[in-house]
Amino acid sequence: MIKYIGKRLFQIIILLFVYVSIVYWMVELMPGSFVAHFIMNPKLTPEAKEALKKQFGFDKPAHIRYLLYMKNFMKMDLGISFLYYPRKVVSVIMERLPRTLFLFVTATIISYALGFNLGKRIAWRRGKFLDTAATFVGIVFWTIFTPILAIFNIWIFGVLLKLLPLNGFIDPNIWRKATISSQEIFKLLILNGGILLLVFAVALLIASRLKTLTAKKMTVWMSLLAVLIISFIYWYTSGYGIYALDILRHLILPIFTLTLLSFAGSMLVMRDTMLEIIREDYITTAKAKGLPDNIVRDKHAARNALLPLVTNFVISLGFTVSGGIITETMFSWPGMGRAYIEALNSQDIPLLVGLLVFTGIFVLIAHLVADILYAFLDPRIRY
Amino acid sequence: MKEEVIREPLWKIRLRLWMRSFKQNWELFREKKLALFGLGVIIFFAIFGALYPMYPVLMKNIFWKDQEDMFSAMKPYDPIIGYDPFIPGHPSPPSPRHPLGTDPLGRDILSQLMYSTPREFTLGITAALITVVIGTMIGASSAYFGGVVDTFFMRLADIVMLFPTLALLMVLSAFIELDLLKLALILGFISGFGSITIVLKAQALTVKVRPFIEAAKSAGGSDMYIIFKHIIPNILPLSFLYMMFGVTSAIFSEAVLSFFGLVNVRMSWGIMIHTAESQGYLGGEFIGKFWWLWLPAGASITLLCSAFYFLGRGLEEIVNPRLRKR
Repeated sequence: MIKYIGKRLFQIIILLFVYVSIVYWMVELMPGSFVAHFIMNPKLTPEAKEALKKQFGFDKPAHIRYLLYMKNFMKMDLGISFLYYPRKVVSVIMERLPRTLFLFVTATIISYALGFNLGKRIAWRRGKFLDTAATFVGIVFWTIFTPILAIFNIWIFGVLLKLLPLNGFIDPNIWRKATISSQEIFKLLILNGGILLLVFAVALLIASRLKTLTAKKMTVWMSLLAVLIISFIYWYTSGYGIYALDILRHLILPIFTLTLLSFAGSMLVMRDTMLEIIREDYITTAKAKGLPDNIVRDKHAARNALLPLVTNFVISLGFTVSGGIITETMFSWPGMGRAYIEALNSQDIPLLVGLLVFTGIFVLIAHLVADILYAFLDPRIRY
Repeated sequence: MKEEVIREPLWKIRLRLWMRSFKQNWELFREKKLALFGLGVIIFFAIFGALYPMYPVLMKNIFWKDQEDMFSAMKPYDPIIGYDPFIPGHPSPPSPRHPLGTDPLGRDILSQLMYSTPREFTLGITAALITVVIGTMIGASSAYFGGVVDTFFMRLADIVMLFPTLALLMVLSAFIELDLLKLALILGFISGFGSITIVLKAQALTVKVRPFIEAAKSAGGSDMYIIFKHIIPNILPLSFLYMMFGVTSAIFSEAVLSFFGLVNVRMSWGIMIHTAESQGYLGGEFIGKFWWLWLPAGASITLLCSAFYFLGRGLEEIVNPRLRKR
């Protein structure tokens, strides 16, 4: 196992270098440059133009710039953004990343929970009305033209029902008197969400050791409720509650849209795996023992069908960074996807390469984790 | 005992065998209601697109009888340069003259929709065909040869899969003028060298170990002969299935790129929504008020994409024995 991971890490490093080189040259070869916008200005003196070129590194030939970039890349430095000069690319990414991650991780968790539950049910009642209806709705949402779904949701919930804000990250009217930046509040929110997830995981772990069903359910629900109440009290007493609520309100619509878009993926994977497992002998045995239908479904079949779903989940987390381009544009959500569009429009080479490279690293790590997880969860698989 | 000689020509026997397997599969296929629905939608769009040349003629004979000159001057049913001068304000809501209304530039929405349909088909099917041809050939040969060929193409697939498709296309659109054909080529190549090769290679590996490959080798079949005559026909059903999913993703990618205004195409479903969005008709109150600007095009993209996906799912249940009903 250790040997396998070592081999994979070696492969990943080589892949990453090839990927970074391709990305860099592709972006570098784009016609025009960031500085060209300013050089065109006839009011600038030649000295100023030279200084500008020098400042952004355009006085050196492209291959030297590439070598410099690779040298810095090995020092884990992705350079300085042109658009947000003089901020570092890493700091821009670190500002945007939590927003995208929070959005996508929440949406992915919800859609996988939904997909898992729906998938096992429709596989169990294959060919019935529920199966056809859920598959139909799922695939229509899976292939729907994403901007249309976003527009439609904005129209229904934002314009007609006036329940939720149309788009954006915060409502400036509420934040006028704020003494704390939205980023700080957002970090606290993420911390809150992380604690909730952690407590949920620990509660599940404890519950699996308990004997009776009521005790199990009580442990999970009570611990969740306790965390919710504590965090509610914290936000209420700290006075930041109104700001946190504002961010949360802006989050609902994108998360809802993303969930609708992606639940079919996990649902169909779950359905297909379940269909395979239902034909196994031990399911017949379990049924013949006289166990109730839903116990056979949940305990015998669904648990074994979980494996591809878990690995899919990890891999899909890897694609969160790039998946946000459409959704974030439609909802004006200032995350990685929006940063990508901004960088592309202004030809901010370091930021563009940085975002793509970061995505690549994310995907590679996700694939590695998925493979390790596979071996960990399925004792039949050995590397 | 007299030996019976088959006098029928070979192609007739082949045709009969083919017809029989087609009939069997059709029986299986007919049970899948959703796949039938998908096929129906695809046929509907094919007819819908084919009817495009008739539409202006029909409208001319009904509404423009007295204004022949105006009709030929303004071309009110041209999807790109058309304009209807007899309507006071554009975009105008659906009316008998314009069954789906007009866009902000005074062009007829229905004619745009019909005009784009064959182009979407061409793009989707070309891209998917390229994907599948590349994927099948590489999958089959890397399974058959193994070794260096295998390692090279699998690592290539790893790198291609690292690229987020949409982000990559956005960068490419900066230095390639993406028209329909180039876009189809690029989409086909990107997905052809990507994950599809891995899936098809896995399938080809199961074919490679079957006894008839050994038999063909000992009978003196060359490598190319074995790959093309024995391995590829056996993985073809799976490739065909992936072609359906390929069509979906190609049409979707084109629509998204057009929506962001990055494609050099004069008219497509994505561009229709792009026009509405860039002219500010997709904000706040306007979304519901000007529904005909985004709903027909959006619904068409969604319907056609999902139709090919339904078809693919239906075929998957036939091709993949594990998903068949007992």
